[in-house]
Amino acid sequence: MTTGSKWMAALAGAAALIMPLGAFGAPASANYPAKIGDGEGQLNIVAWEGYAQDDWIKPFEKETGCQVHAKYAGSSDEMVALMRSGGGGEYDLVSASGDASLRLIYGGNVQPLDVKLIPAWNDFLPNLKSPPHNTLNGLHYGLSYEWGPNVLLWNTDKIKEAPKSWAAIYDAQYKGKVTVPDNPIQIADAALYLMKAEPKLGIKDPYELTQDQLAAAAALLKKQRPLIKKYWALASDEIELFKNGDAVIGAAWPYQTNTLKAAGVKVEDTIPEEGATGWADSWMLSAKSKHVNCAYKFMNYVSTPKVQAQQAIYFGETPANPKACDAMNAIEAGSCEKYHLNAPASYFDKIHFWKTPLPTCADGSRKCTSYSDWQRAWQQVKG
Amino acid sequence: MTAAEFGLDGRQGGALRRLSALFWRRPSLALVGLVVPPLAWLVLIYIAALGVLFIAAFWSVDPFTGEIDRTWTLANFEAVVSISTYRTIVFRTILIAAAVTLTDAILAFPVAYFMARIAGRRLRLVLITLVVLPLWSSYLARIYAWRLILAHDGALNWALRAIGLPSLSIGYSNWAMWIVFSYVWLPFMIMPVYAALERIPPSYFEASQDLGARGWRTLVKVVLPLAMPGLIAGSIFTFSLTLGDYITPVLVGGPGSDFIGNVVYSNVGVANNIPFAAAYATVPLVMMALYLWGARRLGAFEVM
Repeated sequence: MTTGSKWMAALAGAAALIMPLGAFGAPASANYPAKIGDGEGQLNIVAWEGYAQDDWIKPFEKETGCQVHAKYAGSSDEMVALMRSGGGGEYDLVSASGDASLRLIYGGNVQPLDVKLIPAWNDFLPNLKSPPHNTLNGLHYGLSYEWGPNVLLWNTDKIKEAPKSWAAIYDAQYKGKVTVPDNPIQIADAALYLMKAEPKLGIKDPYELTQDQLAAAAALLKKQRPLIKKYWALASDEIELFKNGDAVIGAAWPYQTNTLKAAGVKVEDTIPEEGATGWADSWMLSAKSKHVNCAYKFMNYVSTPKVQAQQAIYFGETPANPKACDAMNAIEAGSCEKYHLNAPASYFDKIHFWKTPLPTCADGSRKCTSYSDWQRAWQQVKG
Repeated sequence: MTAAEFGLDGRQGGALRRLSALFWRRPSLALVGLVVPPLAWLVLIYIAALGVLFIAAFWSVDPFTGEIDRTWTLANFEAVVSISTYRTIVFRTILIAAAVTLTDAILAFPVAYFMARIAGRRLRLVLITLVVLPLWSSYLARIYAWRLILAHDGALNWALRAIGLPSLSIGYSNWAMWIVFSYVWLPFMIMPVYAALERIPPSYFEASQDLGARGWRTLVKVVLPLAMPGLIAGSIFTFSLTLGDYITPVLVGGPGSDFIGNVVYSNVGVANNIPFAAAYATVPLVMMALYLWGARRLGAFEVM
């Protein structure tokens, strides 16, 4: 061995120590408590900012004696990192979004929940009871919390005829006035549109794309690029684009619609005829939680209509529990309808909830493209 | 003098004394003691981290498990070179960094010259304060302010319409990035150029005049060569700061405005592809190394 290669080997060894070892284990197996016992007095949660407001956390602490220590995370990646920090037992619960939940499940960081201990689960919207982003092999690794669709938003002053299809954001007549999220998952929106527009591609699930299907979606997005004013990264970006007249049509969350309407901008949104993608958050219990009883008490508490409504209004999203409708209207008249919680079942069927693209398709074949592939394709779309 | 006079207890004083006596007898030991901690910091935290980054660039991510596969491969570097998008992003980053550097040099020189040679003592102080003042406000706040200025219905277009000119559509584009970068890094160019110009002895100007050179000739033949090290030092700041930035492209860029930093960021954060991010991150390292080598050959380090 020469000195040079020895030096390289030593560096490689040092590098191996620094890189996360065994970050991906196997999904944890079920270890249900027989019943929810007395609280442990403490509960450590990782949550989105705005998910642990005093309005509903204080009454919970008083009722159960479980002191809630909330750690806010700025991104899904930070959530995953926090749940894995210190060997995994630092935090009990996390409000994981669909882009983090499967990573936590496959990483063995979260454990299955016994929904029998959470009666409100029975009232949940049917497609949020066991959605594929938090349920694996019939085991509930997550309890759905709140969600929102990705809607088609447009300026009614500039576009008189209400668009009915996602084709509008690929339409050259809006050149330089379109905005869509700067997120690889936008490929799923393109795939969703192609499911109807080009059935011969054979796309069944917008999150499970073969190489060819991914290429077709990317080609559509590349054609869209000259029409784009800006790929928005933050909700506030899009609000500003619509306020300042830089964009007149785009993909958005209901939050943007409501904020813009409140600011007096003439906008409308819809779920087009192709359906829409959507995001959904789930509460997930750490595989090494030290406060399981408090965690179950918390999950029961936040599933109640009142807290679901408070959370929904505070953040601008929709509860998983449709019984929250009246409580929402009590806080803000008409809010249940505004956030589409009283929409007919056909509305919810149109929403394809966000999940991480995995190389293994649902049928077990390994023809699908991974999130890494999506990310690379998205980079090439943006240029 | 005894240890008691120092207010130290006997034992500690003894140990300290023995230590200082040792350093007195062996000066080389004192040197080692002084140099080792910062050197260890530099080597372990700084150089070794770069080494790890470079090693990681030769690894890959298993697409099925997401685990890091530590077999040596050149695939990441191949992707950087062969996929045209990644090449475009490198060229865009360098081009805008160079444009920003040139713009700042052109803007900074007259300002710095005025501050160093024309302005009186009090005005000079005011100008220096004004140049440095924006650095005390948040960089983000200043970028957001520019976003409002350049937007479709923003201050710029409002002003253009007020004086009867057609409105511009430069918000969220590479033009916007060029303007904003040139604005935020301008103080980093003005200060070194000012320092270089201030150092020119007044006698040089007199000598130049005595020999018959007019203003322009003095500027080109005397001032510019003497200011060059300051310009190059400033350009190292503006070039490297632009080269490594990834926030401005997110905030004021449009479609097709990603920088090298944005690709690295999305590969680490969104895609969890750390090896590829490491490979791509070596590109600006190489660029900067070449730039510094060039700057050294032009003598920038001798005056810094």
